Amino acid sequence: MISAQLPILQVLLPLLAAPLCAILRGRALPHALSVGTVLLSLLVTVGLLIRVESTGTISYAIGGWPPPIGIEYRVDQLSVIVLLIIQGVAAAVLVGGGASIVREIEATRAPLFYALFLLNLTGLTGMVLTGDLFNLFVFLEISSLSTYVLVALGTDRRALLAAYQYLVIGTVGATFYVIGVGLLYMMTGTLNMADLADRVAGVEESTTIRTAFAFMIIGIGVKLGMMPVHFWLPNAYARAPSVVSAFLAATSTKVAVYIMLRVVFEIFGVPMFLATHLSEIIIGLGILAMVVASVTAIFQDDVKRLLAYSSLAQIGYILFAFGLATEPGVTASVLHLFNHGLMKGALFLALAAVALRAGRTRRTDLDGLGQAMPLTMLGFTLAGLSLIGVPGTVGFISKWYLLEAAFDRDGFIIAAIILGSSLLAILYVWPLVERAYFRKRDPALPPVEEAPLPMLIGIWLLVGANLLFGVWPDLATGLAERSALLLLGGAR
Amino acid sequence: MASADILLAAFCMPFVTAVLVALTGRWAALRDTLSVLGALTTFGLVIALATEWEDKILIGRLLAEFLPGLSLKFMLEPLGLLFALIASGLWVFAALFAIGYLRGNKEHDQTRFTVLFSIAIGATLGIAFAGNLLTLFVFYEVLTLSTFPLVTHSGSEKAMRAGRVYLGILMGTSIGFLFLAMAWTYALSGTLDFIKGGILSEEAGPGLTLVLFLLYMFGIGKAALMPFHRWLPAAMVAPTPVSALLHAVAVVKAGVFTVIKVIVYIFGWERLAGVPGTEIIVYVAGFTIGTASVIALRQNNLKARLAYSTISQLSYIVMAAALLTPLALLGAALHLAAHAVSKITLFFAAGSIYTAAHKTEIDELDGIGRRMPWTMTAFGIASLSMIGLPPTAGFVSKWAILGGAFTAQSWFAIGVLVLSTLLNAAYFLPIVHRAFFRPLSAEAKAHPHGEAPLLIVVALTGTALLTLALFFLPGEVEELAAGLVTSR
Amino acid sequence: MDFPGLFNYWVVMVLMMIGLYIVISDRNLVKKIVGLNIFQVSVFVFYITMGKVDGGTAPIIGEGIEVYSNPLPHVLILTAIVVGIATTALALALLVRIQDEFGSVDEDAIQKLESRQ
Repeated sequence: MISAQLPILQVLLPLLAAPLCAILRGRALPHALSVGTVLLSLLVTVGLLIRVESTGTISYAIGGWPPPIGIEYRVDQLSVIVLLIIQGVAAAVLVGGGASIVREIEATRAPLFYALFLLNLTGLTGMVLTGDLFNLFVFLEISSLSTYVLVALGTDRRALLAAYQYLVIGTVGATFYVIGVGLLYMMTGTLNMADLADRVAGVEESTTIRTAFAFMIIGIGVKLGMMPVHFWLPNAYARAPSVVSAFLAATSTKVAVYIMLRVVFEIFGVPMFLATHLSEIIIGLGILAMVVASVTAIFQDDVKRLLAYSSLAQIGYILFAFGLATEPGVTASVLHLFNHGLMKGALFLALAAVALRAGRTRRTDLDGLGQAMPLTMLGFTLAGLSLIGVPGTVGFISKWYLLEAAFDRDGFIIAAIILGSSLLAILYVWPLVERAYFRKRDPALPPVEEAPLPMLIGIWLLVGANLLFGVWPDLATGLAERSALLLLGGAR
Repeated sequence: MASADILLAAFCMPFVTAVLVALTGRWAALRDTLSVLGALTTFGLVIALATEWEDKILIGRLLAEFLPGLSLKFMLEPLGLLFALIASGLWVFAALFAIGYLRGNKEHDQTRFTVLFSIAIGATLGIAFAGNLLTLFVFYEVLTLSTFPLVTHSGSEKAMRAGRVYLGILMGTSIGFLFLAMAWTYALSGTLDFIKGGILSEEAGPGLTLVLFLLYMFGIGKAALMPFHRWLPAAMVAPTPVSALLHAVAVVKAGVFTVIKVIVYIFGWERLAGVPGTEIIVYVAGFTIGTASVIALRQNNLKARLAYSTISQLSYIVMAAALLTPLALLGAALHLAAHAVSKITLFFAAGSIYTAAHKTEIDELDGIGRRMPWTMTAFGIASLSMIGLPPTAGFVSKWAILGGAFTAQSWFAIGVLVLSTLLNAAYFLPIVHRAFFRPLSAEAKAHPHGEAPLLIVVALTGTALLTLALFFLPGEVEELAAGLVTSR
Repeated sequence: MDFPGLFNYWVVMVLMMIGLYIVISDRNLVKKIVGLNIFQVSVFVFYITMGKVDGGTAPIIGEGIEVYSNPLPHVLILTAIVVGIATTALALALLVRIQDEFGSVDEDAIQKLESRQ
C-alpha cells in the first residue's frame, strides 16, 4: 500500500524531481514542478504525522533488507516535527518566493536553482529519516554541497566568498563527523542507530567511544552554528539569495540540532553526556550565544545579517535547553526548534519581499515600508513580536517552556539570562518596526509597492502558523513532549 | 442570559466596536456615534454583570491548555468587577470627550485612533476579568502594544522618543521581571489561578517569597513604582483623551490592579505579612510618593504635573496594598476608584483648556476660570479629591488608607500620607487660585475664547459629579472593595 | 600502552594535522583546498586501514581463504571519496568565479579589496 511507502516517498519525491528540473528550460516549468513537488511532499509529511500519531514509530527497511544489515528509515514523533518544519517552510518559501527568484536568479540558471533547492530538501529530509549513521553522512553532504552552490548564487559577489568559507568549514565539520562514525563502527561493528544504542552500552567507558563522541559533537556543532564555530553562518545567510536565506535559516541548522539530539541521547545516552561534562559545556555555549549573538545583532546594519545573528542567539536557546538533558529541557529544545523555524522563515521571507521591492535590505531600506507594503510589514512585525516572545505567538510558548526547563533545574540565573536575551531581542527588532511605520521613505528613492500576491500568501502562511501555534500549541507541544520521552526513555 | 455569557459579551464588545469603527471610518458622524454606542453597551453589560453577580465566581475557559492546568480563562471577583465598572464607565465619558477633542483640534487619523482606543479598553477588561495570572499577563501585553501607537500618534520625533521609553520600560519590566516571576511561580506551584489566600506552595521559604514579591512589584511597570516610572511622563505626548482614559485610568490602574491581585490571590496577604522584608515596597512606594510630588511641584506643563501626580497617587495604592492589612487593602481598592474618577476629570480639564485656549503651561492660566467656569470648577473638585478633602471621593479612600496605616503601625506610611497631602495641596491649589483669582494676562485678553465644545464640558462635568457621588454614596464601591478582604 | 601503538593511527593523525593546519593558516584559497584534501585523505586512510585484518585477503569467496578483511569500511569510504571529489570540484569552480570577480585568490588581497569599497 502507498501508506506503507510514505517514508521512502518523502525522500524520493524531491530527489526525482531535481534532475527533471535541471533538464527543463525557462522559469515557469521548473517552478511549477518544484512547487508541485514540495506541496506533495508536505502531504506525505502530514500522512506520516497521522500514521505516527496513530501507530507509533515506523521502521522502514530500504529494499526489503532488514536492519541492521540494510539501511533503515525510522519515523517517530521527533522526526515528524522536524519534517513538518522543513516541508512546511519549503512549501511556503517556494510558493511565495517566485518573484524573488525571478529577480535574484538569472534566467539561464533558474532550472538549476530549482534542482539544487530540491536536492537540498532531499538531503535535509534524508538526514531526518535515516536510521543509519553513514547514510546520514551521505545526505548531509547532499544537502551541504547544494547549500554551498545555493549560497554562491547570491547577487552580491561576496556571496562567492561566503559560500567558499562555508564549504571549507562545512567539509571539515562533516569529515569530523565521519571520523566519529568510523571510530564507533570500529568498536561496535554496526552503523544502525538503534543497534548502536545497544552495543555502545558495553564499551561506553573506552577512550575510543569518548573520542568518537567528541568528533561527532564538534562536527555537528559546526553544522548547527554552535557559538565558537559559527562564523560561516552570518555571511552565508546574509549573502545568499533571499529565498535561500529564508529556507536555510528555518531548516538547515534545525536538522543539525536534530542529529545532535539523536546522536547524544539515543546512541551515547544521558549518563555519558553528564559524565563527560558536555552538559555544562553545551549549556555554557548556549548562554554565550544568547548573549553575545544578541548583542552583535543590535549593531548590524544589514537586516539579513541582523537576523542571522539573531538565529545564532536562538540556537543558543535550543542548545541550552538541550544541554539540560532533562525531560522539560529536551521538550523545550524540540519545541523551540520548531517554533524558531516558523519565526525565522516568516521574517526572512518578508525580508525577501523587501529586497524584491526596495532593492536592498539595509536598515534604512525599511523606512516607510509600513505604508508602502502594509501586509508584508505587518507580517514582519508579528513574526518579530514572536521572536521577542509576546503572548499569542509561538515565541511566548517557547519562552515559557524554556523558563520552566530552567526552573526545573533551579536555574534562576539562567532563567533571568533567557529573559535578558529576550530584552535584547526587543532592542534589535523594535527599531526595524519603528522605521517601517514611523519614518518616511527617502523621496529620492523610487517608490515601492506591496509584494505580489503569492509572496504575501507565503509570508502569511508562516505568520499564520506563528499565531496559530501560539494560541493552539497542542500539536507542537504534544509532539515535543513525546519526542523528549522517546529520546530520554530510550536512553540508559 | 447566563452571567458567563454577559461577561464574554462585555469583553467582546470593545473589540466589536473597534471593528465597526474601522469599517465606518469614512463617515465620521456614524463612526463617532458607533464608538459612543459601543462604550455605552459595554458599560451596560458590565452593570448587568454587577447586578447578576452575587458573590459567585464565573469561570469561562477559553482556548486550549498549553501546559497542564494552564489556559486562558476568565473569573469574576469583586475587585475585577470594580475595575471593569470604572474602566467601562469612564470609557463612555472619554468617548464623548474624545469626539469633542479630536474634532476641536482637527487631529489626523481619527479612525485609527478610535480603533486602537477601543482595543485598549478591551484589553483592560481582559485584565479585569482574568481568571489566572497568565490571562492577565497576556492582556497586559496587549494593552501595552495597543497603546503604543496612541502614544506616538503625532508621529513627531519627540513622540517617537517618548514611545521608545514607553515601550522599553513597560515591555522591559514585564518580560524581564513579571514574566520571570510568573514562570517561577508556576514552576513552584503548578498553577497560576487566582485563589484567595494565595497559591504559592509551602516549599517557597521566606527568602524566595521575598524575591518573588520584589520581582512582581517592580515587574508590574504599569504601576509606575520608581525607578520604573519614566514611561508615564513620556506618554503625555499622546493626545489628551489617551492621557485621560488610558494613562490616568486604564493602563495605570491595570498596573495597580495587578499589584493588588498578586498580593491577594497569588501570595495571599496573610502569608506575605509573615514574610520579613516585604516592607521594602512600602518604603519604595513612600519614596515614590514623596519624590513624584516634589517633581510635580516643579512642573510648569499642566499635563506633566498631572502625570507626576499620577505616579505619586499610584504609589498610594501600592503602598496601601503592601501594608498588608485588611483596612489598607480596602483603602487601596477604594483609591483605585477614587483616583480614577478624579484624575480623568483633571485630564479632561487640561484637554478642555488646550482645545478652547490652546494653552498647555500652568503660568498661562491666570484668570481662565472666568472664561471657562465649568472646566475650572470641575478641576477644582477633582483637585480637592486629589488632596483628600471632603466632600470628594479622595477623602473616603485616603481615610481608609490612613486607618490601615494605623492598624499596621507603620509610622512611615502615616508620615508619608501627611506630607504628601500637603504637597498635593501645594501643587493643585495654586492652579485653582490662578484660574479664579488672578486677572487675565494682557496676552490672554488679546485672544478671546469661551468654554470648550459641549461634548467636552458634558464629559468633565459628568466625571466631576462622579467624584462627588463617590463621597456621598460610596456604598456599592465599598461593598465590592470589602469583598476583596472579607469573604473567603 | 606500548609505544608507538598502531602505526596507522600515527600516519592518520599526522596527515590530519598537516591538512587542518593548512586549512586554518594559509591565506591562499587554492592552498586551502589542498589542505582540505590532505585532511580528507587522512580519514580515507583511517577507514581503509581500519577494515584490514592481519593476514586477511580481499573478501572474495574462494578455496582456502578463511581470513579476509572487512569490506564494509572500504565500501563506505568509496562513497566518501566520491563526496570528496565533488567537494573539491565545487570548491575549484567557486575559486574560478572568485578569481573572475576579485582578480585574486588570496584572502588578504580580497579583504583589502572589499574594505576599500
